[in-house]
Amino acid sequence: MTDSSGGVDFDRVSKRYGSVTAVDDVSFSVAQGELVTLLGPSGCGKTTTLRMVAGLEAVTSGVVRIGGTDVTLRAANERDVSMVFQSYALFPHMTVLENVCYGPISMRMDKAKARELAHAKLGMLGLAGLEARLPSELSGGQQQRVAVARSLVLEPAVLLFDEPLSNLDAKLRRRVRQEIRELQQLLSLTVLYVTHDQEEALAVSDHIIVMENGRIAQQGTPHELYEAPASRFLADFIGDANLVDGELSPDASFSAGGIAAPVRADGVRPGAVTLAVRPQRLRLTDAGQGALSGTCKRVAYLGSRIEYVVETAWGELLVFDQEARSARRRDDAVGVAFDRDAVIVLPR
Amino acid sequence: MAATALASPVFVPAARDRATIVVAGTAVLALAMLPWALAGGPSALARALAGDATAWPLLVAAALAVVTAWRGVDRATAALAGGAVLWSLAVAFAAGQNGPSFGLGAALALTALTICFARAIARRGVFAGDPTVATIVVVIAALLVLFIFFPVAKSLVAALFDNRGGFAPQLAVQRLFTADIWGVACLSGGTRCGVAINSAMLATIVGVGATLLGLVFALVVQRGGRRYAGILKLMSILPIVTPPFVIALALVVLFGRTGLVTGWLDSWFGIPRSRWLYGLPGVTLAQLLTFSPIAFMILYGALAAISPALEEAAQTLRASRARVFRTVTWPLLRPALANAFLLSFVESLADFGNPIVLAGNFEVLSTKIFFAVAGAQHDPGRAAALAAVLLGLTLLAFWLQQRWIGKLSYVTVSGKGDGGIPGKLPRSLWYACFGTAAFWIFFTLVCYAIILVGGFVKDIGRGDMTLTLHHFAQGFGMDFQSKGTMFSGSAWDSLFTTIEVAAVSAPLTAAIGLLSAYVITRHRFVGRRAFEFLTMVSFAIPGTVIGVSYIVAFNVAPLELTGGMAILVLCFVFRNMPVGVRAGVAALAQIDKTLDEASSTLRASTVRTLTEVIVPLLRPAILATLVFSFTHAMTAVSAVIFLATAKYNLATVYIIGRVEAGEYPLAIAYSSVLILVMLVALIVVQMFVGEARLGRRAPPVLATGN
Repeated sequence: MTDSSGGVDFDRVSKRYGSVTAVDDVSFSVAQGELVTLLGPSGCGKTTTLRMVAGLEAVTSGVVRIGGTDVTLRAANERDVSMVFQSYALFPHMTVLENVCYGPISMRMDKAKARELAHAKLGMLGLAGLEARLPSELSGGQQQRVAVARSLVLEPAVLLFDEPLSNLDAKLRRRVRQEIRELQQLLSLTVLYVTHDQEEALAVSDHIIVMENGRIAQQGTPHELYEAPASRFLADFIGDANLVDGELSPDASFSAGGIAAPVRADGVRPGAVTLAVRPQRLRLTDAGQGALSGTCKRVAYLGSRIEYVVETAWGELLVFDQEARSARRRDDAVGVAFDRDAVIVLPR
Repeated sequence: MAATALASPVFVPAARDRATIVVAGTAVLALAMLPWALAGGPSALARALAGDATAWPLLVAAALAVVTAWRGVDRATAALAGGAVLWSLAVAFAAGQNGPSFGLGAALALTALTICFARAIARRGVFAGDPTVATIVVVIAALLVLFIFFPVAKSLVAALFDNRGGFAPQLAVQRLFTADIWGVACLSGGTRCGVAINSAMLATIVGVGATLLGLVFALVVQRGGRRYAGILKLMSILPIVTPPFVIALALVVLFGRTGLVTGWLDSWFGIPRSRWLYGLPGVTLAQLLTFSPIAFMILYGALAAISPALEEAAQTLRASRARVFRTVTWPLLRPALANAFLLSFVESLADFGNPIVLAGNFEVLSTKIFFAVAGAQHDPGRAAALAAVLLGLTLLAFWLQQRWIGKLSYVTVSGKGDGGIPGKLPRSLWYACFGTAAFWIFFTLVCYAIILVGGFVKDIGRGDMTLTLHHFAQGFGMDFQSKGTMFSGSAWDSLFTTIEVAAVSAPLTAAIGLLSAYVITRHRFVGRRAFEFLTMVSFAIPGTVIGVSYIVAFNVAPLELTGGMAILVLCFVFRNMPVGVRAGVAALAQIDKTLDEASSTLRASTVRTLTEVIVPLLRPAILATLVFSFTHAMTAVSAVIFLATAKYNLATVYIIGRVEAGEYPLAIAYSSVLILVMLVALIVVQMFVGEARLGRRAPPVLATGN
């Protein structure tokens, strides 16, 4: 994140529509060759942020730099970026080749040269032979790759993806996201990627920026975000988490509902805190063992794992048995155990 | 306006704008080289050198604008270009008749300076910094003000002056509130009512009648099954290709004093010949025949939009067919009924072709306006007052439509297609509808048959059915000589002018209408709503009012257009452009906005996005608008009857002239030719559009981003 000379620099940018603030004083950088994801629930301002990088929305205040140049006042067609749209936005009246040639010809490139470039990119994306088709004659996955080829052919300083997988079915989604990541690493592309799907974000990103209500909630590597969420919202948004409100004593012991357990406080001040525990970090034990005792309220067998909901003094806890070997039943008395390093203490 | 626009976030292009310099340079060249006045003669520069002091500020401002554009001082460029335009207009309108009329040089220079102004303010941040959008909006808005608002306002103001030009407000009051307009004597047994009362009465009767007939057809076609789809096709095409007086002509042939039916009734039943047709009954009949297809189209759409599932639900709740119709179908139709009524009402008010043939002593506003200008009385002030009343009534109807129906619409289309078969009508209702529709269709067909046959017989108006080609020879005779073909028929001139005017105005209408639609739907800028209103407003102005206004406003310098072909083209372009705007807005709603954005992120300029993406995708809408404006230009009467001249005569005006001279056979022959020409045009274009749709398969799913 140190070298942003070839990437995007978003400097204290805000976007207001009348009295509504869509993006509020947001700063971040995308270094050259890095894939950064903007992640957040719908309406958090991530798409607006992306569109401000593209030049499709004007900023209300702040500065946008691309490749070190201030482009804040430049329109979309004067910026060295290109974008893959959620709907792909392929021109329905043009063939695949015409679509891919569109950008170079806009830049007044010689037509033969444009075609050559387009063929190269189409070949790279495994679309050779489809040049003469219309977008309507392609499958969803092929359309998506044409959209990528059309953006790549300009070799922009920054490539923008706006929820590129949301129009694909679940199986294809996993494959395409791998392809995008491989392509990005192969060509060391600078990419800003928007999604609301946290799994997708974890899978493709070098860095993730989580947005909430127009602000950045936290940024970091996928690992940092998952293992050390900075707030209750983040712990809940990325992956599953059990959230328990309680008290932290000075000797690093967490208590709620009359039951105390040792935790790693990580410098959180004693007092009212929230404990976040990933369901797979909890273990079911026989009754009487473990930190907590409780009763199985619901059991769901998912094949790869079993999900339990256990009623305890800390409330209902979600517990995953990843091995799917334990065979507890509803209303069984059980114990819940965890390592003190496996929980996250969040100030409240 | 500029201040608020600057406060909102915008893009400002960095470098100096070459196009602005070129446009400003064009203005300077036009001022220096082209004749300023319509009559020709010296350029603005030459006039200034010859001592015309008023030209200097314009010349200096235009020259300076080139310099400031070159140096990128956009604020100064905007002020200079805008100031130059305002100054020229002020000088020209202040001089009025005493000054020169704008000619080629003036038109070019002022247009260029207006574009220069638009581009410069865009670069200052207005219109989100997009010079192309700024140019489109400013130029179209200026044209609309010049060719809609200015003439209408000027003609309405004429009501305040007496016929020698003196200011006489009391006369305006007198003119507006005379018993000639508002008298209600006929309601209480007197002989005649005022024209406004007559018009309103006629429009109400026609509104109710056309709506009911439209409903009957809609029920038959929608609920009667596929068998009656032909009616749909017929009813949607007939009003497009029928000049507004054709039905009236056919009625005269059938029911006039010497008409075919009148004759039979006389000889077989001893019912004496009379002139009952001329007046309220005849006009009502003609307008019902003319406008019920329009009501039908509205009601058919509404009926088709009612989900069959709703009626099926009612049926499963044990409702009888009659109860389903009464409690579900009818209430859901009410908004469309109101809409159909108001539209027929307005059409009847504005109609000129039928009353001029059939009204006789029953005076209505549209014809009265015409006679106030064209007749022996020549009283422009009176015409203006009548035009104000007509405009007021029309606007009131549109206002009601907006206020009342806007809130009334029930949305029953859920997006997901509900299965189900449209319910059957209650049996008695079905027979009543079917009977009425069958009779009316028969009647309509007879009318058209009269028109098609009438040209080939000696005098169908008097029942002389001897076959002859005399009328066609008279109208469309050709002499084949060694030097080439001579178009010796008396109708050729007007037919050629009509086709020429229609062919010139159609592409202009489509261009202006669709460009307006593009900026309205695709761009956000301050004043967008006002601009949208501006583009749609001419829709609500009756043709007669436009005609009078053009005569009043464009008869004198600085805008001296009457007597030429340009005024006919302008009249058609600005009268028909709202249809282009509507077609464009509807079509653009189907084209995802991300296509524009994709084009933009692929480095395309706004112009390239327009020509490469928007225009190709709008092709069906463009063709529809072309067809509409072409056929409308060929069938229009009300506005252009004021503007056509002996030199530039139009087909419809020529036919009306034949009717007034009592030469029915020629009028009928010509009408049939006109209908034929338009049918051919329509079929050719439909083949064209049909092919365009087949050649390009359905576009991919165009989802909208969040």
